[in-house]
Order: sequence, then structure tokens, then C-alpha cells
Amino acid sequence: MNLNLIKKSLSNPLALIGFLIILFIFFVAIFAPLLSTYDPDAIDVKAILLPPSFEHLMGTDGLGRDVFSRMLYGARISLLVGFVAVGISTFIGILLGAISGFYRGWIDIVIMRMVDVMLSIPTFFLILAVIAFLSPSILNIMIVIGLTSWMGVTRLVRAEFLSLRDREFVLGAQTLGANDLRLIFIHLLPNSLTPIIVSSVLGVASAVLVESGLSFLGLGVQPPQASWGNILTDGKEYIQFAWWLSFFPGLAILITVLGYNLFGEGLRDALDPRKAK
Amino acid sequence: MNEIIFSAVNLNKTYKQNDGRFGIREIKALENVSLHLRSGSTLAIVGESGSGKSTLARCLLQLLPLDSGVVYFEGKNLIGLDKKELRQIRRYLQMVFQDPFASLNPRLKVGQIVGEGLVIHGLGSASEQQSKVIRMLERVGLEESDMEKYPHEFSGGQRQRIGIARALVLSPKVVVCDEPVSALDVSIQAQILLLLKELQSEMNLSYLFISHDLRVVRHIADEVAVMFQGKIVEQGQVVDIYNNPNNEYTKNLLKAIPGNRVAY
Repeated sequence: MNLNLIKKSLSNPLALIGFLIILFIFFVAIFAPLLSTYDPDAIDVKAILLPPSFEHLMGTDGLGRDVFSRMLYGARISLLVGFVAVGISTFIGILLGAISGFYRGWIDIVIMRMVDVMLSIPTFFLILAVIAFLSPSILNIMIVIGLTSWMGVTRLVRAEFLSLRDREFVLGAQTLGANDLRLIFIHLLPNSLTPIIVSSVLGVASAVLVESGLSFLGLGVQPPQASWGNILTDGKEYIQFAWWLSFFPGLAILITVLGYNLFGEGLRDALDPRKAK
Repeated sequence: MNEIIFSAVNLNKTYKQNDGRFGIREIKALENVSLHLRSGSTLAIVGESGSGKSTLARCLLQLLPLDSGVVYFEGKNLIGLDKKELRQIRRYLQMVFQDPFASLNPRLKVGQIVGEGLVIHGLGSASEQQSKVIRMLERVGLEESDMEKYPHEFSGGQRQRIGIARALVLSPKVVVCDEPVSALDVSIQAQILLLLKELQSEMNLSYLFISHDLRVVRHIADEVAVMFQGKIVEQGQVVDIYNNPNNEYTKNLLKAIPGNRVAY
């Protein structure tokens, strides 16, 4: 990709902060086994609901598990779900958007009406309903989130293709004798990549949120496996006297989503020629 | 007179435009347009903007669908061809575009841009293709080292040279030049026109030269067709049309040449 673009977007201080947050979460997730002070699933009945201290940086929960260690492993889930779900939705979006924008005609109308229908369904409740039928597992969550969030990318890719399709360099390639696949993958797609990347980064933020919401409702990552969402659920029973159980996962979700949004918007501004200085 | 290599008979093309309230407004971009291009010669299509010149160029090369009409290349009707046959024949029908900034894919290197046609048609081995690209680049006045650069590193004139190299590396027979110099500085225009003329005699190319600039046309064309509102209003040898225009519109066009004070 365009290295210049990343450099340019990082010159915006807020985008830089977002980027550092994302880097930090990656770091934490990758080195979770090294950084964690306890086994995240180990129950210790002698250490139930301890407040944050040097021994337990973020306290312990109702089963005496170390919240800090659980948070570290939760970061893995959050990243995994975010990226895989967005990967799925971006793949579908590029495929449908490319077909729609390249071939136009009736297939475009069909795909765009599909998008309209999907957009008119409250996604979160659709996901809830589907997950309730399937068994809740990380894999199912990733797939279902991916399958319900491709509409934005589809519209974006279609719009890019529509505007690029009649540009002279595409006509030029067509005159050379390029077939449809070549036009799409060598000429159109590489030139629509940057807005797709921006929307994917923003998409990760909403996937992280949906995963937390699902886990909070018990339809996401199943205990004992830790996820920010289900740590939050555990915390809600004790919220009056063990604030740390709700505070840290809430903060983590907030900061992560903020990080992706800041970075994504920084990228978008860097892309916008009208904002170029 | 050379034989006719490329011709169009009774082309019609209508754009449909939604006019907001009551359905569709039709704009006739081409109306019964016929033309014949002789091998090795240059036929210029002149007319003001909106007269349908660019539409004609695109329809001739089958980049836009026609409503009706027939296009022949070496006696073969292009309209009936399926997609694959058409792609194969495109090798011989190339185009040079107007806007040197929009006509090159910004994400490809110059070597890839110029070599793309060779890759598509599988002409020669990779090293043969490479040396062909280098020869072509040098012929249009660029250097071998330019292969590794991206289009944005070049000036408008140089980019137009890249566009010409891309079209000519396939050794085409007919080249449609859609206002190839109108986006360039006057001094650069002359260089590019000269280059096109040299290449024409070296490679025995037939040009369909689209332009709104009659001064440019006088330099390069053998025959001229004047277009007005989607129709060809006058057609003939350059000398005849310039000295002896019959049509009112042609007379006006000639009068509009800066510095041309001859009254017709």
C-alpha cells in the first residue's frame, strides 16, 4: 500500500494516538502469556473480589480470577473477532460491489436492493437471533458479524468502480484487449483500495463493539474463556462494591474503539485531497 | 489512392437522460455517421465540444455500444464479433487519449503500462517483451530507466509520449487519436504532432485524428470530416475544405481560427 499515505495520516496527532492504541493492543494480545501474572482461568477461592493492588493489578473477580490476566487474553478475542469479521465483510463487499459497479444493469439493481434490504434490518437483533439458533462460539460470531456488515463496503466499492470505469486509463486497458478480470483486478481495484481500507479500519471498531455486546449478553464468547464483554457481565452483579470488574473492560472497549475510529478518520482525512495542505 | 482499411456506415447513438419529472430525454450523439479511413493516411474529425467526436471515437473502437450501424476493419464487421474475438482484434486498433493525466493507471509503473498490451496478447517471451518496451520508449523520446517510474513523475508531454508508446508497441494498424494534443502546451503540441507523423510513416499507421483545433488538423490530416450536432456536415480533402468550404458551419469554424482573417 501507499506508505506515504500512512505517513501523512500519522502527521495528524489524533490519528497517531489511534495508531499507537492499535499497536498497543496488538502488543498486549501477542504477548499475553508473557505479560499475564496469573493463569486467566485459575480460580482462587482465597482471593475473591480483591480490589486492584500490586498483586492483582486490576483486582480479582467473583471466582478469584485475576482480572488483569483475563483482560490480556480478552484482547486476543477482541482483535481476532474484529479482524476476521471485517475480513469476511470486506471480501463480500468487494466481490458484490465490483460486480455491481463493473457490470451495472440488472445485476447491479439486484445487488443494490439486497443491500437496501440488509440495511433495513436492525443488524444487532439479526445477529442475536442467528446466534441464538446456532451455538454461540467465536467462529460463529465472526462469521455472523461478517455476513451482516458487508453493505457499506459494497456501496463504497460500487461507487468507486462506477466512477473509475469510464476513466481513460481503464478504457485504454480495454482498448489493449484486457478482459474483465484484468480490468477489475489490475486497473479498478488497486485504485479503489484506499477508501476500502479506511472503511475496514472503522469496521473493526464496530465489530469489536458487537462482539462485546454479544458476549455481555451471554451469546458471544462462552465462559470460562475471557472476553471483555463477558468480564463485564461478571462484573454487573458486583457493580456496587467491586467497580474494577466493570470499569477495566469498559475502559478497554472504549479505548480500543476510539483507537480504531481515530486512526480510520485520520486515514480518511489524509485521503481527502480537499483537506490537503 | 490506398485501399480503405477502416470504415463506419450509418452509425447511430442516442444517449438517454433522465430529465427529472417526465421520463427520458434523448440526445442524439451520432446520427447516420459514415466515414472511411484509407490505409496509411490520416482522417481528421473536427467539431466543437459536444458535437459527438469523442462518442464517435469510443463507438468506433467498441468501447461504447452503438444503437445501429456497422464498423468494418479490414473487411471484417466488428459489430457481430463476440467478446473474445473482439479482444483479439483490438491489438490492431489502438487509441491515444486526450488527458495525459487520466489515461495512465497511477498504480502501475511505466514499464508495466507500456508492456501491458504485449502481456495481454502473449506476444513474445518476457525478455522479448521487455526489449520491445525499451525500444518503444526510446523511440518516443523516453529512457530505459523510465520503466521503473510511476506516471506522476512525468510531465504532461512525457505522459502523452507514454500513452503513444502504449498504443504503438502492439504495432497496430489503426490508431484513434482523441484530441491527443489539446491538453498540452503549444510548444509541446508541435513535438507530439511531429512524433505522431514520424511514427505514421515508419509503422504505416492509419490515423483517425479527433480535434477541435483546425490549425492542428491542417498539419496532420489528409482528409477532414466536420461534425456538428452528431452529424457529419462536410467531408473531403484537407486542401479543399480549407480553401473551399461549402457548409455554413465549416465556414464559421474556419473563421474562428485565431489570426485567420480571410473572409469566406
